[in-house]
Amino acid sequence: MRPAILFAALIGVWEAVVKLAHVQDYVFPAPTAVARALYDDRGLLGSATLVTVRELALGYLLAVAGALVIAIALHFSAALRRALLPLLVLSQTVPTVLLAPILAIVLGYGIEPKLVVVAIVCFFPIVVNAVDGLRAADPELIRMMRTLHGSRLAIFRRVEFPGALPAIFSGARIAATYAAVGAVFGEWAGSSAGLGFVILQAQPALETARIFAAVIVLSALALALYGIVSLTERILVPWHA
Amino acid sequence: MLRTNGVTRVLGGRRVLDDLSLTVPEHGRVGIVGRSGAGKSTLLSLIAGLDTPDEGSISVGLADCALMPQRDCLLPWRTALDNACLALENRGVPRTEARERAHPLFVRLGLAGSEELLPAKLSGGMRQRVAFARTLLADKRVLLLDEPFGALDAITRSELQEWLADALTDEPRTVLLVTHDVEEALLLCDRVLVLGNGRITAEFDVDVPRVRTDLAFVELRERALKAIA
Repeated sequence: MRPAILFAALIGVWEAVVKLAHVQDYVFPAPTAVARALYDDRGLLGSATLVTVRELALGYLLAVAGALVIAIALHFSAALRRALLPLLVLSQTVPTVLLAPILAIVLGYGIEPKLVVVAIVCFFPIVVNAVDGLRAADPELIRMMRTLHGSRLAIFRRVEFPGALPAIFSGARIAATYAAVGAVFGEWAGSSAGLGFVILQAQPALETARIFAAVIVLSALALALYGIVSLTERILVPWHA
Repeated sequence: MLRTNGVTRVLGGRRVLDDLSLTVPEHGRVGIVGRSGAGKSTLLSLIAGLDTPDEGSISVGLADCALMPQRDCLLPWRTALDNACLALENRGVPRTEARERAHPLFVRLGLAGSEELLPAKLSGGMRQRVAFARTLLADKRVLLLDEPFGALDAITRSELQEWLADALTDEPRTVLLVTHDVEEALLLCDRVLVLGNGRITAEFDVDVPRVRTDLAFVELRERALKAIA
């Protein structure tokens, strides 16, 4: 209950400061103005949300699938780990906001570059956690499997992979909070729909309350994705509750 | 039958096992007792094929032995019955068939009703029973038991020792038990060897009633304890 009280207090202070200082809505809107924008622009925000949700969800799934394939390949091959891991780290040093326009030029202005941007933003924490989780398998369990006819593949399927799931989900939860930002970067690089596009259109029109409203929806989407990932973890990893 | 012939293993410059020879007859049960660091676990690793001796030979390998470690090593994400089925599934038996084949043994070992429980919901004693079922279902002719009840409290350990003696009568196997508990070795084995400084320093045939309070049993236990000291 305490975070809710603190949150309500912050909203109250924000409203009071804006009202008492007579700040214009286009400079910094009060919470009531943002709420009004959320209601008045519900049609626009609703259709934009559907577009962004699609990019975010598909991009995130692409990130999870790609990250698992890469992590498993790195786990099985020390040579690949030595060669590829530094490149993966390097890929994270390139600002995504600069990468997005290049991807738009290469892949066009459809959904594809947005998916790739979301995937690039999200895959890294999943790969790192998955590789660490797979390597952290209990050596005694592996020894036990070897005495029970366990092949290398059986040890991976029955010991290493299930054992790494908590770590993989930790990475997936971190990545879930990045996905919305990735989708916005993708839309900023070239799009005609989505919440990022709404923000881009509202800025020159000084519709600041609408920008805030779009940001709130984006935060809600990130939180929802985080919640879905956490729920999936509870269902798939019940022994780690 | 299990035989080691002149086995030597040097670890960190120390001869952990020194020209060690022993024989366990078919369906015989031999116990190895000794102080910590006497080389008991090293011997089991060599016999299980998880390590190789510097000198000497061993008549069995990874393909012949099932090892029950001190820790139960149950996989926390598999139910009790699925844990017991591991060896069958590793051999390519489909899960449903493996469960059907494992279930009668599961019941015989007193585990009926706990099939679908995750290990976290089982008591220490039940976990060890599941680990034993898993070891038996590996269907190997030699069982290597490495301090199987070392992690349990005294009462549960005592109960499980009696339970294991019965289980081994029902499911006869060639057994090599490693333990620091002399009484456990005498209760479960036909022959007890004392290991010290990498060599067999004493041997005892268990030809007394296996009753903890029996005078002959108590005397044999005292002799074995003196041999270790």
